[in-house]
Amino acid sequence: MDKDSSAVNAIELTGVSKCYGEKTVVHDVDLTVHAGERLVMIGHNGAGKTTLMKLMLGLTRPSSGQVQVLGDDPASSSISQRQTLGYVPESVAFHSAMKGREVLAFYAGLKGVAVAQYTDILARVGLEEAADRRVSTYSKGMRQRLGLAQAMLGEPQLLFLDEPTSGLDPSLRRQFYELIDTLSRSGTTSLISSHSLNEVEARADRIAILKNGVLLACGTITELLARTGLPIIVQLQAKPGSASELARQMSSTGEVQRIEDNNIDLLCLGSSKMELIRQIASLGDMVTDMNIVPPRLDEIYNHYMENTGPQ
Amino acid sequence: MRAIYLLAVNEFVDGLRNRWVAAAILLLGTMALTLLMVGSAPGGTTRAGALAVSVVSLASLSVYLLPLIALMLSFDALVGEFERGTMLLLLTYPVSRWQVVMGKFFGHLMILATAIGIGYGGAAVVTILSTETGITGWQAYLTMMASSLLLGAVFIALGYLVSVLVRERSTAAGAAVVLWLLFVVLYDLGLLGVLLADQEQKIGQTLFSALMLASPTDTYRILNLTAFDTVGQAAGIAGVAAKAGFGIPLLLSLLTAWIAVPLLATIAVFQRREL
Repeated sequence: MDKDSSAVNAIELTGVSKCYGEKTVVHDVDLTVHAGERLVMIGHNGAGKTTLMKLMLGLTRPSSGQVQVLGDDPASSSISQRQTLGYVPESVAFHSAMKGREVLAFYAGLKGVAVAQYTDILARVGLEEAADRRVSTYSKGMRQRLGLAQAMLGEPQLLFLDEPTSGLDPSLRRQFYELIDTLSRSGTTSLISSHSLNEVEARADRIAILKNGVLLACGTITELLARTGLPIIVQLQAKPGSASELARQMSSTGEVQRIEDNNIDLLCLGSSKMELIRQIASLGDMVTDMNIVPPRLDEIYNHYMENTGPQ
Repeated sequence: MRAIYLLAVNEFVDGLRNRWVAAAILLLGTMALTLLMVGSAPGGTTRAGALAVSVVSLASLSVYLLPLIALMLSFDALVGEFERGTMLLLLTYPVSRWQVVMGKFFGHLMILATAIGIGYGGAAVVTILSTETGITGWQAYLTMMASSLLLGAVFIALGYLVSVLVRERSTAAGAAVVLWLLFVVLYDLGLLGVLLADQEQKIGQTLFSALMLASPTDTYRILNLTAFDTVGQAAGIAGVAAKAGFGIPLLLSLLTAWIAVPLLATIAVFQRREL
């Protein structure tokens, strides 16, 4: 691994496996996270998302393979490197007898962060008013936000967020992702694991799909879609009375899925999309409206779950 | 160092917050005051002062109570944080695992020191102020307080070892009780039984002494009963102790070893543990 690639890549996993006794939870994973990007890991429960994060955080060591975080092995690198990390565990827990402010002050102390900064963070996650209440009185969403607050301490270069939005209501989720976006714009690399596919769809630069500890695919949504060969749906509205004529003409390029009144749904592959559109344009006023519906992330995900990997 | 300090303070403040410190002060204070008052009744007429007399009785009670308090503080220290998930987060911070153990240790030590200082110390001050002869024997009393802290430290360290070895809090609690019974009750009972059974006196003085020194609680007892002349007189075992001839340095290093070895073992196990 040369110097340049480690400077560009925040995280690099090469052939990483992790076994607990007989059970292999992570199997031969190669994964690269570029500096400044938002990578989302999706997968079922027990797919190995949390274990991968623990490996990257240096909390466990791989059974085989190599883990590099910011150019160092996280399990043996000096502890000062953790200054640059932020982590929100899956079910974040705090000493419940402590007040929110005290919790944050404690963690800020460990990271050597000044008082002014952590009070600012409390405001950013919207916990200013609850800061002097005991954590035991917090709702799940408030604890989650406190979790994010501690991860933001010291302006980390790398954020690990394990199911960060579970237990948050929709508006809090939006706020949450807005925070991540702000951090991302200032150059923070974030690795997020999630169940809510529709939620991360618009937020991820790249997506990694995991199944039973195997990394099935990793790429942008467009790349993943191209690899699945899932069709795009093109919805056309025909001029009254010419629906069947339109359907006949289009059937050479796309597959007619449904005709209803003047509406026609066509299925076509991503690769022949442009050809289809040119054909539609050449038909003049026979087509009065059109709409392109790409497959959603959950369809892509289901495709990978059903068609690839072991079992 | 900064991390250890922060962790220690956090642990201590936690002890204040959940009334651990208050309860321990109350317990040790009432106990000491009661014994001092009882002790000072006959104390006026004997050569030994009230403080010296009470060192004997307080040391005997401390042997039971301090290990119990220490174990209750420590059994949960690591396994509890594993279970709640707070350890996971803590270890992603710039803190080494040995620093986590040492930070907790100093924090718990501060809790004990506060309880002993205020509880025992306060009771002594009250006694000195209320009796005329009470002031003698304060060296022995101070030694008793210091060695009580050492005894507590031993059981904090042992509690950590239990805490890092088991997987569940409830197991740790059970193991702590067993540990307490073993060192505080069963070992001495066993020793007594062996002595009674030993009709032909095969066990010599040396072996018996060695057996006594194998237990931290007995080491603590011997330390307090033999360190000062006045206490020995009050305990009535001055002769026995003199024959045994344990030097204070030996007793102190034994107690220190009882602290250091479990702590080092705890750190070693913790380092290898996967989260």
